[in-house]
Amino acid sequence: MKRFRVSVQTEDFDVGEALKWLRQGLPEIGALACFVGTVRDINEGQAVRAMTLEHYPGMTERSLEEIIQQAASRFDIVSAMIIHRVGPLNPEDQIVLAAATSAHRQQAFLACEFLMDYLKTEAPFWKKEDTPAGAQWVAARDSDDSAKSRWNED
Amino acid sequence: MTVKVRFFAGFREALGTDCLEIEEPFSPATVAGLRQHLISNHAGFAQLMALGGRVRAAVNHDMAEDDTPVATADEVAFFPPVTGG
Repeated sequence: MKRFRVSVQTEDFDVGEALKWLRQGLPEIGALACFVGTVRDINEGQAVRAMTLEHYPGMTERSLEEIIQQAASRFDIVSAMIIHRVGPLNPEDQIVLAAATSAHRQQAFLACEFLMDYLKTEAPFWKKEDTPAGAQWVAARDSDDSAKSRWNED
Repeated sequence: MTVKVRFFAGFREALGTDCLEIEEPFSPATVAGLRQHLISNHAGFAQLMALGGRVRAAVNHDMAEDDTPVATADEVAFFPPVTGG
C-alpha cells in the first residue's frame, strides 16, 4: 500500500476531495471503491431527530489505522482512507467514508467492504439517538458481527 | 498497582463518571480481575454489570479479552459494544 489516511473529525468532509487524494499521482490505480454512510431519519422503526457520536480519542484513530493495515495485508490495494465524524449530527449528514483503490475492481470492492465490516465491530464509536421517546444509545447489531465473521471463513 | 479506568458511552452515563483511579492490588492481574475488583468496590459498577449486557474492554488502547494482563500505569477502558459507521 502506498498511501493511507484516517481522520476522526467533527466537521463534514468532501467526498470528491477524498477520492482525488486517493488517486492523485498513482497511475497504477484502475479501480476505486468508496462507501459513504449517512444519518437516517428512522432506526428500528423509531424516528431519529438527531444523533451524537462519541469516540475514544487515541484508541479510535489507532483502531482505524490497524483496520487499514489489515486490509492492506489481505488485499492488493494501492491506497485507502477512512474518515469518521463525531459529535452532533442530523439526518442526511455524512457520518463515514471508507475507500480503497487497486489495479482492478475486485480488490478495491473487497477491501472497502472489509474496512466497513471491521469498523462496525472494532472501532470505538458509539451512537446516541435523539428520538421522540428521548435520547438513547444505539444497541449493537448481531448482523454486524456476522458480517465481520465472514472474513474469517477462508 | 495504580490503574486508570475509563468508561464510555452508556457506561459513562450510568456511572456518572468517565474515569477512576484504582490504587489497590487485584487478583488475577487481568481485565477479568479488575472487573471483579470494581464490582466488589463500586456499587454503581456492580449494578451496571448485573444488567447482563455485553461488555467490551481495552487495555492501553487495544481491544482486550478477560485474560488480557493489566499492569501498573495501564489505562483500562470498559464500554458497551461499538456502534459506529
